[in-house]
Amino acid sequence: MAAAAPPILLFTDIDEPGLNTLEVYERRGGYQSLRKALKMTPEEVLEQLKASGIRGRGGAGFAMGTKVSFLPKGTMDKYLVCNADESEPGTFKDRELMQKTPHTLIEGIIIAAYAAGTNRSFIYIRGEYVLQADMLDAALQEARDAGYIGENILDSGLSLSLVVHRGAGAYICGEETGLLDSLEGKRGNPRLKPPFPAVQGLYQGPTLINNVETLSTVPTIIGMGGEEYAKLGVETSTGTKLVSVSGHVQRPGNYEIELGIPSREIIYGLAGGPQVGRKVKCWFPGGSSSPVLKEDDLDIPYDFNSLAGAGSMLGSGAIIVIDDATPILDVAMKVAKFYRHESCGKCTPCREGTNWTVKMLERIDLGEATPMDLEIMASVQEHIIGNCLCVLGDAMAMPIGSMIAKFKDEFEEHIEAARMRRNLNVGGI
Amino acid sequence: MSTPEDLIHVAEELEVRSAEAGVRLPVTRFAHGSRVPGWDRAADLEKDPAEIPGVGGSPSPEVPADLRAEIEAHMAKYPDRRSAALPALAAAQRVHGWCSPQALEQVACVMQVTPAYLDSVATFYDMLDTTPVGRHSVYVCTNISCSLCGADELYEAVRAAAGDDAEFNVRAFECLGACDIAPMASVDGVYVGPLSIDDVPQLLEDVRAGRPVLPEKQLARRLVADPHANSQEFPLHPAEGGA
Repeated sequence: MAAAAPPILLFTDIDEPGLNTLEVYERRGGYQSLRKALKMTPEEVLEQLKASGIRGRGGAGFAMGTKVSFLPKGTMDKYLVCNADESEPGTFKDRELMQKTPHTLIEGIIIAAYAAGTNRSFIYIRGEYVLQADMLDAALQEARDAGYIGENILDSGLSLSLVVHRGAGAYICGEETGLLDSLEGKRGNPRLKPPFPAVQGLYQGPTLINNVETLSTVPTIIGMGGEEYAKLGVETSTGTKLVSVSGHVQRPGNYEIELGIPSREIIYGLAGGPQVGRKVKCWFPGGSSSPVLKEDDLDIPYDFNSLAGAGSMLGSGAIIVIDDATPILDVAMKVAKFYRHESCGKCTPCREGTNWTVKMLERIDLGEATPMDLEIMASVQEHIIGNCLCVLGDAMAMPIGSMIAKFKDEFEEHIEAARMRRNLNVGGI
Repeated sequence: MSTPEDLIHVAEELEVRSAEAGVRLPVTRFAHGSRVPGWDRAADLEKDPAEIPGVGGSPSPEVPADLRAEIEAHMAKYPDRRSAALPALAAAQRVHGWCSPQALEQVACVMQVTPAYLDSVATFYDMLDTTPVGRHSVYVCTNISCSLCGADELYEAVRAAAGDDAEFNVRAFECLGACDIAPMASVDGVYVGPLSIDDVPQLLEDVRAGRPVLPEKQLARRLVADPHANSQEFPLHPAEGGA
């Protein structure tokens, strides 16, 4: 496994100076995939995307080709929205792509728009990414001047507008329907589904929403052919994936891996593992919304289905490693407080559930909790899952639930120790 | 309907009763008797509904020409003008320092919406300030990955060093998407990290002096971590946009 160099598709010489400019990008063969795609019919492009087997890189892992085919045919206004809100804790792969090779994303958007038959497109980028949004704006201007964006692109009859829309700091706007509301200039509250965005999305029109990494992969797929791309990775998870490794590792950062390699190879091989003398206590395989896995799970292949089989998920591909010196209560508290802060407040189970979970964790820390509280806390999580319009509540309930299940002894120890401490203090007064 | 006085009465009684039972310490309450702020002002039903400034005889506020031009340019980009709410509010915030009532009124006048609509938007988003803040923002990421690397201590250090300097708006922020440089901060939009507590005085000094913040620690100059990504040696990225 370790012998051959891993295939690099998205990160090829990504630090080449000037790659963010059209000149260098074109010199390296940029926008050739677009030319190739425009010589095909939209149906043929769609076939290539389906054949590639690529699954969405944003979190849900839905097959991209299938998603594109959900858009109704016809001549109404259709929209393509690139989700660049990247706010899942631990995720920073899209940032690297947009900052260093923004034209790859723009080219991917044009090809996807051609396949889906959309005529207006938007990039919703989180407001915190100031540098990356500036890079995209500059690249977009170059693309417009070169005739890649606008009316009758490369004499193909395809017309497409593209707007870079900056958010203003809200995790929920990474959820597709919350993003659409935010893009319409409202509070970013999620909508009831169905209707799904493919049928009724932005401005009530059919809308295709894809992640930055997914769209940035499209030029590669068209360039090498869908079937060739599908040979990479494993059967249900094709291709390469960018993983963001952070937390207690020696070399945090973005790595491009072929899907299906052992997780240990990413955490220890690429990222260097925890500091010498420390061990992996637990790790999030796909952002802080994914159920945690333990050290024993390090040999699970890193792909969509294997991680789902292990009771977790690949999510956005953000691995957060926690070493054995960190109390699990601290991790749970950070995670729960984040979701409490970011809950939009629309659905009761999420709004109240995140709040009460934080309060119960604080009770544990203050020595006011009993072991029974753990069961109550676990049941709170169960009552959130599946009961809200979007999955923000689930995104807290799944990791917290998994922590309670997998680290029950430690929680109980913590409860007892904190109670003892509290009783001593009370007795002392 | 219960008045705030009634509520205080009820709250006091609850506290007496719980004290008698010997279980709980008294909880702190707001003047209106509740443990949560707000909800103490009744809606004024006599008041006329909010109007769009400058429409139907309501007074039209003076809008700086640059701001008006910027908002109108944003509105022109979208099929629905209201989509420009976020960029317009961000622009107004740059001019006014925060989303003040005056700022909201100006945006409302240009966008032809009610100030209340913009208020509902502004209060939703973390980067739009609905109270006056310092001119320079220092967002310290304190989410999971950064806090595993000591972000909470860093945040306290930045707060202590900034003290009561009204120039600074120091905030603990949710994941800023730069866990590879944890612990990190976004200083007026420029990402810097990994930061140690020793960097804090220099960081604030750079901001005060109007210099690029800790240039050697800016994210813009960082190469990708993946050793297989680059087939050759590349020099550091220039600090584009950052400086």
